Amino acid sequence: MTGTQLGAAGAGTDGVDGPGRGTPVLTVRDLSVGFTTEDGTVSAVDAVSFDVWPGEVLAVVGESGCGKSVTAMSLSGLLPRAARVTGSVLLEGTELVGAGDRRLRRIRGDDIAYIFQEPMTSLNPVFTVGRQIIEVLRLHQGMSRRQAADRAVELLTLVGIPSPARRVGEYPHQLSGGMRQRVMIAMALACDPKVLVADEPTTALDVTVQAAILDLLRDLGRRLGTAIVLITHDLGVVADIADRVVVMYAGRVVETAPTEDLFDTPRHHYTTGLLGAVPTAGRRASNGRLQEIPGLVPVLSEQPDACTFADRCPAASDRCRASRPPLAPETTDRTVHRFACWHPAGHRADLAAEPPVDHQERP
Amino acid sequence: MTTSETTPPQTPTVVPARAGLGAADPPPPAAPVRRRRVLRRLRRNPLGVVGFTILAVAVVAAVLAPVLAPYPPARVDFDAPFQVPGTVGYLLGTDDLGRDILSRILYGLRASLQVGVLAVLVALAVGVPLGLAAGYFRALDAVISRFTDLMLAFPFLILAVGLAAIRGASLGNAALAIGISQIPGMIRVVRSETLRLKGLDFVAASIVDGAGDLWVLGRHVLPNALSAIIVQATVTIPVAILGEAVLSFLGLGIQPPSPSLGTMLSEAQQYAAQAPWTAIVPGLAIVVVTLAFNLFGDALRDALDPRASRR
Amino acid sequence: MRAYLLRRLWQSALTLVLATIVVFLGVRALPGDPALAFAGEERDPASLAAIRAQYGFDDPLLLQYGTFVANSLQGDLGRSTRTDIPVTEMLAAALPVTLELAVLSLAVAIVIGVGAGVLAAVRQGRPAEWAANAVALLGLSVPNFWLGLILILYLAVGAGLFPASGYVPFTEDPLANLHHLVLPALVLGTGLAAVVMRQTRSSMLEALGADYIRTARAKGLGPGALIGRHALRNSLVVVVTIVGLQLGGLISGAVVTERIFGLPGFGKMTLDAVFQRDYPVIQGVVLVTASAYIIVNFLVDLAYSLIDPRIRVAGAAT
Repeated sequence: MTGTQLGAAGAGTDGVDGPGRGTPVLTVRDLSVGFTTEDGTVSAVDAVSFDVWPGEVLAVVGESGCGKSVTAMSLSGLLPRAARVTGSVLLEGTELVGAGDRRLRRIRGDDIAYIFQEPMTSLNPVFTVGRQIIEVLRLHQGMSRRQAADRAVELLTLVGIPSPARRVGEYPHQLSGGMRQRVMIAMALACDPKVLVADEPTTALDVTVQAAILDLLRDLGRRLGTAIVLITHDLGVVADIADRVVVMYAGRVVETAPTEDLFDTPRHHYTTGLLGAVPTAGRRASNGRLQEIPGLVPVLSEQPDACTFADRCPAASDRCRASRPPLAPETTDRTVHRFACWHPAGHRADLAAEPPVDHQERP
Repeated sequence: MTTSETTPPQTPTVVPARAGLGAADPPPPAAPVRRRRVLRRLRRNPLGVVGFTILAVAVVAAVLAPVLAPYPPARVDFDAPFQVPGTVGYLLGTDDLGRDILSRILYGLRASLQVGVLAVLVALAVGVPLGLAAGYFRALDAVISRFTDLMLAFPFLILAVGLAAIRGASLGNAALAIGISQIPGMIRVVRSETLRLKGLDFVAASIVDGAGDLWVLGRHVLPNALSAIIVQATVTIPVAILGEAVLSFLGLGIQPPSPSLGTMLSEAQQYAAQAPWTAIVPGLAIVVVTLAFNLFGDALRDALDPRASRR
Repeated sequence: MRAYLLRRLWQSALTLVLATIVVFLGVRALPGDPALAFAGEERDPASLAAIRAQYGFDDPLLLQYGTFVANSLQGDLGRSTRTDIPVTEMLAAALPVTLELAVLSLAVAIVIGVGAGVLAAVRQGRPAEWAANAVALLGLSVPNFWLGLILILYLAVGAGLFPASGYVPFTEDPLANLHHLVLPALVLGTGLAAVVMRQTRSSMLEALGADYIRTARAKGLGPGALIGRHALRNSLVVVVTIVGLQLGGLISGAVVTERIFGLPGFGKMTLDAVFQRDYPVIQGVVLVTASAYIIVNFLVDLAYSLIDPRIRVAGAAT
């Protein structure tokens, strides 16, 4: 691990990230994850910090391989043994990094629940959906079989599954993909978790089903006061339901802001690239074409003291390659917008007018 | 599989940036490149190397048995029964009739390998064509799988019993019984390979181009199924060697006085208490050879399909 | 599920018919007059004629087959040419011994095989896996009859812990019965255990890597529930079929084991028949083995469909 500390990166301490009321339910500080593989160490997450507030939807976006899922899994110690996690994850003040397995198991599924991408394979094929929901209720809530069974039907009703009393006795393969994902949501919400981590919850679903599942998530999050950490690469999903966004690149947080701010005035060039790559009406890149960010997300064996996006960035300078930009806040009247960039992009309106960046030194 | 991020990256190289589509398999490398890669993987597997070395020694010893053996295998020496291993002139000792155990093991190994090879040939001769047909022609699949079920219903020992009853016990019958019992396994392997290959683009394209079935099978399917067939043949041989030993031990295989590891054990049974080496030494010979085959077979399987070995 | 089972039932029945044809033709493939083979010692023309009439050796082949099937279905498999005891009676006496041996060996194989397989999968990449793999490899490479000889040599004859051979019926003395069967069951079970272990290990590894295990972990389940409930249940589905397919190996192994330990079971009956050219007995033995194999595998499929709901319903859908 690099152990790099971000001087100004500690979010939340020097400004008001998030809704600005109450206290965050989850506080992540300088979270770093490295994997020891046969071929050496791989740094997957580097000094990531963010807060999650009750009832909000926080989206973590980035291309695949940028460390967002690893971050999600590390929150409750779900990573394989080969992972080395440092930093801090506070769940209402309780430290989870380095906590014992027994303690983490009590938190998983109870305080922090998960929904995964593949509803087809994420449910155990040999048990009825009811049994899989009952299992978690009995584990964390100490319910009797009878109570848990009744509660399972309630939960299926809650997530909008028709004829829940019948469905509860069915096996996963008897349900459609959307229904299975609803079951996953019911299972995740079974113990009224404080944080629901949804890792690409709609990626594997039909477009028509996606919207319904997203609506359900947002609706339930609001009603139950559950904070949702939404891991996605789909900015359309982000625009749909997220309150705030954390943009990750190559294991680092490069920008974080309220959703509206981020879409209106992306400051990091990676974010502008991502936004440019989304064919959303009114949000097109200046030339009107869907833009592609050239290059690939690097897999790093260690985190350099430089901007890791420099090699793909249109605005990169020598400074970007020689020193790592801090995740600095820019506070407006109501919100905090943070970005780690030496040459931030301007407002979108300006961006179109701006001449091409001239200090390019790439081959 | 999906391009999930939850598993740690295997190598510190560049991964494709775009999410979604699972990375397509790279096109298969040319045959010589592949062969070299397989050989390199084989060489890197110490257990496989050990297995191969033992096998090479055993095969050479068996082939050269007439040269290497100190005595003719049936030579009786009534003056030297039950000589302890290490005795001068009798490296591995002698049995109740004073026959040299080392010489008999060398000849027994010869018979074992003979049965092994014959049995594999039987399995190949029937299993490969049927497996190809079952995988390639949908209409034949059901018929052939009934045939497979039927063969499975006769365990090799029962088959050997039946064959011995009809034709008398012999090395050939042992090989035939074992070979037949290995046909279903061969059919299964070849069938699933054929099904897999049939779904691949280059074979499908060839079919669409109007190539004849036999041409597609011989030109595209069989050559690409070879590695799976070789692995299956390699794991069949130790089964056959064990089978020969069992049948000969029971008197259903090689008949005395022809030396065979199985008959040696059967004869040793009587005197095992007073001369344990007569039972231990031939048994160890069987264990070493089958173990070597199994080690080599596992290594070969891993080298030919490294993904399968991870599971 | 009903459609699936009906299909399997039809397939099994077809295989069974084919098996009876093979056995029937096998006997007719005997060199010379089958009546001579079935007559044994009594070769006077009168008894030969009686045998011809009884088995219908002079009838057209199809009619002969009909007679053969009809007789077999009525439990008439002919009489031993040596003892004149009906083959069915001999089987009734011998099978319990073999069945007991088979059940005990299966228990040994499943306890050792599933245990070691799970251990190897869970402790992947650690010494425990290495050891379990090594033992499995050895189990596949050691001929069980040789293992039997060695165990008799050292544990029975040498240490006197177990009887070297013989059999006591369970009804007569249960303890002595088990005492006599410990070594045979170990010998027969360990070879099978290696197969079960390898299969358990690979299906367990597959199950442990599955997404639903990640879900179960995210639910807060401990290792016991993860492995014992979620992963093992899925991998046992595979193990059950393996046990069915290994039945052939079990039968072959039982013949050898019975021979080594002098157990008066099915194997001894078979070998005696072969060496005495007692054709009716051989025919009966082969027929019963094949039928048993087919029926047991049908039952295994039945069990399989009960364990794995996917099959249960996939069948209903078709």
